[in-house]
Amino acid sequence: MSSQKSMNLTLQVWRQKSKRDAGGFTTYQAKGISPDQSFLEMLDVVNEELIAKGEDPIAFDHDCREGICGMCSLYINGAPHGGFPGTTTCQLHMRHFKDGDEITIEPWRAKPFPVLKDLIVDRTSFDRLVQAGGYVSVNTGGAPDANAVPIPKKEADLAMDAASCIGCGACVAACPNASAMLFVSAKISQLRHLPQGEAERKKRALNMLTRADKEGFGACRNHFECEAACPKDIPRRVMAEAYRDFIEASALREE
Amino acid sequence: MSGATFDIAASDTTLEGKAPAGPLAEKWSKHKFDLKLVNPANKRRYRVIVVGSGLAGAAAASSLAELGYNVDCFCFQDSPRRAHSIAAQGGINAAKNYQNDGDSIYRLFYDTIKGGDFRAREANVHRLAECSVDIIDHCTALGVPFAREYGGQLANRSFGGAQVSRTFYARGQTGQQLLLGAYSSLSRMIEAGRVKMHARTEMLDVVLVSGHAKGIVTRDLVSGEIKSWAADAVVLATGGYGNVFYLSTNAQGCNVTATYRAYKRGAAFANPCFTQIHPTCIPVHGDQQSKLTLMSESLRNDGRIWVPKAKSETRAPGQIPEADRDYYLERRYPSFGNLVPRDIASRAAKAVCDEGRGVGPGGLGVYLDFAKAISEKGKRDIEGKYGNLFDMYAKITAEDPYTTPMRIYPAVHYTMGGLWVDYNLMSNVPGLFVLGEANFSDHGANRLGASALMQGLSDGYFVIPYTIGGYLAGEKPGKATIEDAAFGDVVATVKSRTHKLLSIQGRKSPRQFHKALGQIMWERCGMARNAAGLVKAVDDIRALRAEFWENVKVLGEGNSINTSLEMAGRVADFLEFGEMMCIDAWHRNESCGGHFREEFQTEEGEAKRDDDTFAYVAAWMYRGDGKVPSLAKETLAFENVKLSQRSYK
Ligand SMILES: Cc1cc2nc3c(=O)[nH]c(=O)nc-3n(C[C@H](O)[C@H](O)[C@H](O)COP(=O)(O)OP(=O)(O)OC[C@H]3O[C@@H](n4cnc5c(N)ncnc54)[C@H](O)[C@@H]3O)c2cc1C
Ligand code: FES
Repeated sequence: MSSQKSMNLTLQVWRQKSKRDAGGFTTYQAKGISPDQSFLEMLDVVNEELIAKGEDPIAFDHDCREGICGMCSLYINGAPHGGFPGTTTCQLHMRHFKDGDEITIEPWRAKPFPVLKDLIVDRTSFDRLVQAGGYVSVNTGGAPDANAVPIPKKEADLAMDAASCIGCGACVAACPNASAMLFVSAKISQLRHLPQGEAERKKRALNMLTRADKEGFGACRNHFECEAACPKDIPRRVMAEAYRDFIEASALREE
Repeated sequence: MSGATFDIAASDTTLEGKAPAGPLAEKWSKHKFDLKLVNPANKRRYRVIVVGSGLAGAAAASSLAELGYNVDCFCFQDSPRRAHSIAAQGGINAAKNYQNDGDSIYRLFYDTIKGGDFRAREANVHRLAECSVDIIDHCTALGVPFAREYGGQLANRSFGGAQVSRTFYARGQTGQQLLLGAYSSLSRMIEAGRVKMHARTEMLDVVLVSGHAKGIVTRDLVSGEIKSWAADAVVLATGGYGNVFYLSTNAQGCNVTATYRAYKRGAAFANPCFTQIHPTCIPVHGDQQSKLTLMSESLRNDGRIWVPKAKSETRAPGQIPEADRDYYLERRYPSFGNLVPRDIASRAAKAVCDEGRGVGPGGLGVYLDFAKAISEKGKRDIEGKYGNLFDMYAKITAEDPYTTPMRIYPAVHYTMGGLWVDYNLMSNVPGLFVLGEANFSDHGANRLGASALMQGLSDGYFVIPYTIGGYLAGEKPGKATIEDAAFGDVVATVKSRTHKLLSIQGRKSPRQFHKALGQIMWERCGMARNAAGLVKAVDDIRALRAEFWENVKVLGEGNSINTSLEMAGRVADFLEFGEMMCIDAWHRNESCGGHFREEFQTEEGEAKRDDDTFAYVAAWMYRGDGKVPSLAKETLAFENVKLSQRSYK
């Protein structure tokens, strides 16, 4: 437990009524914040005060508040999730700030993630990328025994590293081109390290990456801002793997 | 003790469990054969509504779509992938016996019945154990990256209440991986056009046509539009209601609204007071806290739980020598040790803290110590198994669990109660099916660790695809349309309620009411309960509810994103539901599983059941606002296991 005393902060928060509204920053004071509170609990306190004053509370997305559902977002002081390694906004604790700090809070900014209200954006484009092929096409029933095909621990671990993606969109928000390459590649990589994913490996890469284009995500230009921003430390090697599958698939298609 | 009592009328509804006759191990196979089928070409003429996209909902929606049904699936998050199932950490049970340590379907069945303190239906639990095996096979086929041994075989760990190693896991993110597996199938069916997904859409009521569930009414959380949806059957997979306590390990959005509104339309609500308090959570740190964080039960494989022997202890944990430590679980329960079931571990923690031997702020904590495991197995081994949990703990507490023991305390975690369902997972309202944590079915009065994921997936992948056919085969497709008067009536009720919430314009936020309710529930209907306290709780809840409808302040409009309005609606339902929980707890004059009535305990402080009087499911029926519900009982017949005092000594 931290022994620091409570603090007062100045917030610059992006307020926007709806998709069509232009939006802009409003200044708020967050008072008496405990260092053990999470960033979202700090916003809860601000919102309670706003309600008491009769002002519309700040809308933001959140659910699990333990860094796994991927629902929380927020650009904090110019970095997705505040830029602390391996940390989502809901797991960011106020002990990382100090009394008197000014904090700027914005929504994800990327064309494929339009703002719906204040800090809430529409990320359904991510769902549509998965729909394009982020699965093994197998119906329920009739699967062989799970131990019938041994999977080397190393491969299973590589698959799991990629599978940890929580789909929050920080990678897209961090990328100057709003590329979804890290997100898409994480799924492609997970399934290519498992024998179950092999049959659809090339088709999957082709379809998912083509869909990313269609949804308006930009091309990857190897800035690797995504890797730095990822709260789950998805490594850049997944993009090389996905790219390899994509090239193979494209070559086949041209034949 | 207060003399006040509640006048509980017997309901005239009879609840039939419909468990098939015949030997336990053959019931499900026989039943599947006996169920009527909908022929493949006809399936596409039926439409099914699935509310919820957690393990139960996503598994059901995708499997039903694969069979050819048209499915509309709903969730309140922005994507189906974010359902609360995603947060499950430790693992999923299955009777695979890969470890050759004596596991079997019967043993998993028996452990679950016993772990639930003999308050679950035998036939359902046996079916669950049977399906567990198929779940692991199917999830592996979907590409779920379960943990593996060096030889490439699946790895297992142990969980509480079992003496075999049958828990499958994907690091500390098992729920995430299983949910993403189900979500991937759901995505495939969305792409195929067989499932229409409606995210950011909250179900606010069920619609009954001629007594059958034929649709729902929803609010679009972005546009605020209130809308009707008609179908041939409705499946609720809306999760648990642990947030009635305000602070719990549940996600912020978890609520009772869907199941409670169904209850108000005639569905029986079973065993609402059966809630699970999980022994290993990070203790409360302050009054602005919004949730409690679970530290997975799997940690009890390697972590040892202890408190100082002396109340006056002031030394740091590392400075306290072995002789001055009390490993109270190992002492009291030598055969299960740190792996006793959750209800027992939680009560034991409360007991040592009540004695004044708790650690940390307010004395509300016990140590979970990994020093021995780290010295025996090495830091790398421990890091490999629990790395992400240790990181999460360090982030929240700013303490390093590799060098200082964790401090943990029990917290509300899971709700065994839920809508009553028969063997087909259908409620007493025809056409209304309930799956996953939202139903009451398999865990009795206490759920064993790693069994909720199993139940959600069993219900969704392997039970509902069969049993819904049995219902639909007798129904003409497309019988109800949203033009039916029933829909208009429900829409009007929903609209007027929303309008009411927005028009009160009082002085207190929904969160303030929620917190106040949580406090009442935790103090009087939490880890220990007594008759007088429960009567008091009901009084307090009624007063709070009255104040809510006079004094709640919900700003903004109904026609756009309005997070306060969403919260207010959920809190309003909790304020009614909490009362029912207390009445249920008050009426059950026994202790069993997670329901501990102080008046009913053994000399050693263990739960004392009363099988002669209470070996039944208490299913409550709505009788009107503010009225004590009536009680329908489903007597539990135990044909295969002998009821005994649970012993983990
Ligand atoms: C922190 C934590 C760890 C856990 N770890 C384990 C574990 O290791 N092993 C284990 O077996 N169990 C574990 N559990 C329990 C288990 O995760 C849950 O019981 C289970 O996942 C519930 O699944 P579900 O599909 O029934 O509901 P949920 O996953 O809660 O899904 C509910 C769905 O319903 C939707 N919904 C709810 N209300 C509405 C409404 N009114 N309108 C529209 N949609 C609605 C939601 O959007 C969501 O999609 C854990 C629980 C917690 C809290
Ligand atoms: S709220 Fe779930 S990851 Fe932050």
